[in-house]
Amino acid sequence: MAERSFKEEVQKLRIPAGEEFHGEGILAVTKALLQSGVSYVGGYQGAPISHLMDVLGDANEILAELGVHFENSASEATAAAMLAASVNYPLRGAITFKSTVGTNVASDALANLASGGVTGGALIIVGEDYGEGSSIMQERSHAFAMKSQMWLLDPRPNLTAIVDSVEYGFELSEYSNTPVMLELRLRSCHLHGSFITKENKRPAFTRKEAMENPRRDVSRIVLPPSSFLHEQEKINQRMPAAIQFIKDRKINEMISNGKKDFGIITQGGLYNTVMRGLQLLGLADIYGNSEIPVYVLNVTYPIIADEVEEFAKDKRALLLFEEGQPDYIEQNINSILRKADATAKLHGKDVLVMAGEYTPAVVTKGLLSFVRMYAPQLITENDLPGIVLPPDSPEHPMAIKLTPQEVHMRPPGFCTGCPERPIFSALKLAERETGKHHVSADIGCHLFSILPPFDIGATTMGYGLGSAGAAGFQDASSDKPVLAFMGDGGFWHNGLTSGVGNAVFNESNQVLVVVDNAYSAATGGQDILSSAADNPIRSTKHPIERAVRGVGVKWAKTVTNTFKVDELRDTFIDALTSKEPGPKVIVAQSECTLNRTRRERPLAAKAEKEGKRVVRERYGIDPETCTGDHSCIRISGCPSLSITANPDPLRKEPIATVLSSCVGCGLCGENAHAAALCPSFYRTQVISNPSGWDRFKTTFRNAYISRLQRGIEKRYEGIEPELVSA
Amino acid sequence: MSQPTQERAITMAILAMGGEGGGVLADWMVSLGEHSGYWAQTTSVPGVAQRTGATIYYVELFPRTPGGAEPILSTMPTPGEVDIVLASELMEAGRSVLRGLVTPKNTTLITSTHRVYSMMEKTSLGDGRVDSDSIIENCMKAAAKFVGGDFSKIAEESGSVISSVLFGALAGTGRLPFSRQEFEGAIERSGVGVAPSLKAFARGFDYAEKILKPAPAGVPIQIGIKPVSVEETKAVTDAAISADPVAAVGARLKKLAAHIRDTYPASVRATLVHGIKRTTEYQDVEYANEFLARIASVYELDLVHGDGSFRLTQETARYTALWMTYEDTIRVAAIKVRARRFDRIHKEARAKNEQVVGIMEFLHPQVQEVADTLPTALGKWVLGSKPVNALINRISGDGIKVNTTSAFGYTTLYILSRLRPIRRRSLRFNEEQLLIDAWLTTVMDVATTNYALACEVAETQSLVKGYGETHANGLANFNLIMAELPRTLASADPVARIRQLREAALAEESGARLRALL
Ligand code: SF4
Ligand code: SF4
Repeated sequence: MAERSFKEEVQKLRIPAGEEFHGEGILAVTKALLQSGVSYVGGYQGAPISHLMDVLGDANEILAELGVHFENSASEATAAAMLAASVNYPLRGAITFKSTVGTNVASDALANLASGGVTGGALIIVGEDYGEGSSIMQERSHAFAMKSQMWLLDPRPNLTAIVDSVEYGFELSEYSNTPVMLELRLRSCHLHGSFITKENKRPAFTRKEAMENPRRDVSRIVLPPSSFLHEQEKINQRMPAAIQFIKDRKINEMISNGKKDFGIITQGGLYNTVMRGLQLLGLADIYGNSEIPVYVLNVTYPIIADEVEEFAKDKRALLLFEEGQPDYIEQNINSILRKADATAKLHGKDVLVMAGEYTPAVVTKGLLSFVRMYAPQLITENDLPGIVLPPDSPEHPMAIKLTPQEVHMRPPGFCTGCPERPIFSALKLAERETGKHHVSADIGCHLFSILPPFDIGATTMGYGLGSAGAAGFQDASSDKPVLAFMGDGGFWHNGLTSGVGNAVFNESNQVLVVVDNAYSAATGGQDILSSAADNPIRSTKHPIERAVRGVGVKWAKTVTNTFKVDELRDTFIDALTSKEPGPKVIVAQSECTLNRTRRERPLAAKAEKEGKRVVRERYGIDPETCTGDHSCIRISGCPSLSITANPDPLRKEPIATVLSSCVGCGLCGENAHAAALCPSFYRTQVISNPSGWDRFKTTFRNAYISRLQRGIEKRYEGIEPELVSA
Repeated sequence: MSQPTQERAITMAILAMGGEGGGVLADWMVSLGEHSGYWAQTTSVPGVAQRTGATIYYVELFPRTPGGAEPILSTMPTPGEVDIVLASELMEAGRSVLRGLVTPKNTTLITSTHRVYSMMEKTSLGDGRVDSDSIIENCMKAAAKFVGGDFSKIAEESGSVISSVLFGALAGTGRLPFSRQEFEGAIERSGVGVAPSLKAFARGFDYAEKILKPAPAGVPIQIGIKPVSVEETKAVTDAAISADPVAAVGARLKKLAAHIRDTYPASVRATLVHGIKRTTEYQDVEYANEFLARIASVYELDLVHGDGSFRLTQETARYTALWMTYEDTIRVAAIKVRARRFDRIHKEARAKNEQVVGIMEFLHPQVQEVADTLPTALGKWVLGSKPVNALINRISGDGIKVNTTSAFGYTTLYILSRLRPIRRRSLRFNEEQLLIDAWLTTVMDVATTNYALACEVAETQSLVKGYGETHANGLANFNLIMAELPRTLASADPVARIRQLREAALAEESGARLRALL
């Protein structure tokens, strides 16, 4: 079960033609796929398109009604290879994943696909994880489009534009026999907006027809001599066809309300930011009426030379908005202008920035310097937006200086009650005995270990590659094995072979921890092979330990409750000191709390209402025994374990406290024990609708305890002032 | 071409932490806008937003005209061009200022002023909290209008979440061209937790309306926008105690309190009163006498060498009282069995009358701690005896859980708490008294030559705290700094030097940073 349910929202996919659809980008894309008569869809989750996968999963019933097959692919490569169904048959297929990391994984299949070309439309929807909020290396998907000659769409961030691009993307793909990449930017995926719907279409040609009448064409298979033919085809047939289509359909837009001898070229995805910049400088209005001509590249590869020449014809200068680096488009346009002997000078990275996101600040400043160069009279210098003023101007929006010492970074971290936290608490405790080890980390929630308070993990080489990242550290003369981490998501994605199999084969002595929280949790709680839950449309419950033993691991241990910190600590020590050759694999199992509470909380509330006995637990700290050294926090980092002002009249330092958001996961108690912290921690159990026995016990105990307590208070009499009764 | 229109969108940013309902707030805004005839666009940075990190949501609204063109709305806020900023917590409000989203030109900043501490603040060995006042001051300077209040408290009181209060406060500012009913409609349409949300909304609404009313001339604006801090409350109590120390104590301590009143200046009386109460509770009145005797000699020196602030007496009294009531098993047990603790825990668990509450302690008595409480000779024997060591380790090596709400568990702790009379003869008691006296002697020695440094030496005792390993590390660090004193005294700026050493000790538990400095 995924973290966020779209069960209700997906009903919008049934909205009949001609109505206004309100919703998020991911839903709009799904609707557009249905409107295009897609036959099959696959993909791999990962921000920013995780929720697109969730929407598709939750829409399975609607998809099935329309005869659409949907798969949660095992990896991006799997998804890309799935598009093979469009090679020989007029079947429309779409896949989606996070880019560039997913595209990296998929690129082998994509290159093969692009070489032979397609018959049915093939659409690759990439969630471009670039700029603020991104969780990966900052690269561009653009390079993949260029190297394999696939066409790249970068529509304006507006639901109508995005929906249109899905539809013409398929047509373009079919017209030019080439897979098409649709780049959805980070903020477009969850963009809320509206568009006018069309009718959902059943695919005209069915998979059944294809399966029952198999076709093949050896010239579509990537093997010499066809592979040489493919390269010629790409250049001589498919590219010209694509250019023709893009020109005929006017996919790129020329907006020129004003006639000026300079102009702006922008990637479609940056259009809204550029228009806002123009508006702030008084050069455009909110409807996009601009004094300066704008050429919008809704297709960023290939660049249409004719269109560029036409746009540049009577202009002295052009400003190109192309986010990220290298500046592929800038080079491309420069080459076009040079070959056409055009006189227009091309600006871009020189007045903007070479590296980094094109934020409104960057864009507006760039626009200003460009216009100042070519038409300074257009700028009202005494009415400029604050952001373009010199940084020391009192009108500058950052004139009030708050320092990073006052406003701390707040990176994401393990949730309250996260079962992965105790794994790292246990490791920290184990390392007190075994000394520090080199740790190769992986991608997933467990990567939060690299941040305070744990500070564990030295490198991360990619999804599922934690174990592979430790492969270089092998030295028989060292008795300190390296430690590798891997999540269950990465494990099934590729880690079983790239990591575990590799370690067995190469006789690595590494200790590998596979964090098994029953979901692909970092990407939003999707089910995977080892998920503990029953999933009506997927096969689950395939244990990780069985898989690693299957590829030859001898030392494997599953810890079924990561909250047993002392057990886990001892397992770590065992594995790290074991003399047995070969990799040692610890499967650390506990369900992701975020998902568990989401499932269990409503049930508990219901049971309580129905008068059933329900036990609720939380932890606490005695303010009088806490001395405020915060060592508990340094081995936990739970958001619910915090600090508070010291109520003790003599002490100044804040004490530790458990906030009411504590879910009673138990780590506080386990740590207090395993790390011999302090006697301040206690667990409170609140029993609703107690049984008769509960009540009997309590009555007896209360009577006994209150008697002793009265005696205690007697002995303390005379210290505090007596309360004077009125 | 036609002259471009001057209309601009309404721009709003929401700063929240993952899981705090920033998304819900953005959804309400969209629903509000769309139902009131506006184009609405919202964007957020998805992905890890669920997971406690700082998140920004951005909303733009623009009026629809029948048949009119669709506006081009931005997906990202432009610094200096945001009309309304909502922050769920004070440091997040600070972040909005840091990022230039708030300007005196046009921004209404609505924020809760409570704190959710950052990891950096929480993990400090001492007090790592940033100064809330400074953030508030900067927020007020940066915003055209500032609406700040402890919305977390309001939310809790209304059984709802902060986003409802913020939404109410937004309505209350009157900055948006929508009626209160239209705002409430958005909450009602969302369909979840409507009643409590509306209650919290109403309180947020009233709060903002009240705070934005122009204050009568001369009245300082916006009192109470920040939660009253414990420190402020303490200061008020202390002022009352020093005015009348005798009233602040019970019958057994009246004499000592009168002595404090007659002998000591007002500035140190409260600390001394806390000291005698603490030592009496810990041991007996006799022990409180010993405490006062220790301070008396410091005070005499202070009169001669001091600057009239009596800081030395004050700080020495504070740390002497704390050290004399060091955390041993008896003290811990005595605290755990008291009635007031049971009351507090019931309240904290929000247990209703018909519910049953159980309390489980996580104790980890180590050999050292057991020996500490035993009479000196016995304690030494326990420490030296291998079989006894092994036995104790077997019982509590992995920690023991005690159910304080059961008769057996309670009795165990009760008996421990009643060992108070044997404390004076225990191994640790004697060791601690020697350490205290040695430290006091040093303080007084230094006071004759360098008063300011003596105060710092007194404060250095704050390093000795915690239990088990933390305590051992703290004590080791303390000893290192004490051993360094002769050289510190000879340095160019002894006060700065000892402070530097203390900070190094606090920066890193094991003392590596400190040793590097020595
Ligand atoms: S709860 Fe215990 S470990 Fe945490 S700060 Fe207080 S004394 Fe230290
Ligand atoms: S028990 Fe401790 S670690 Fe677990 S949720 Fe509560 S505060 Fe967090």
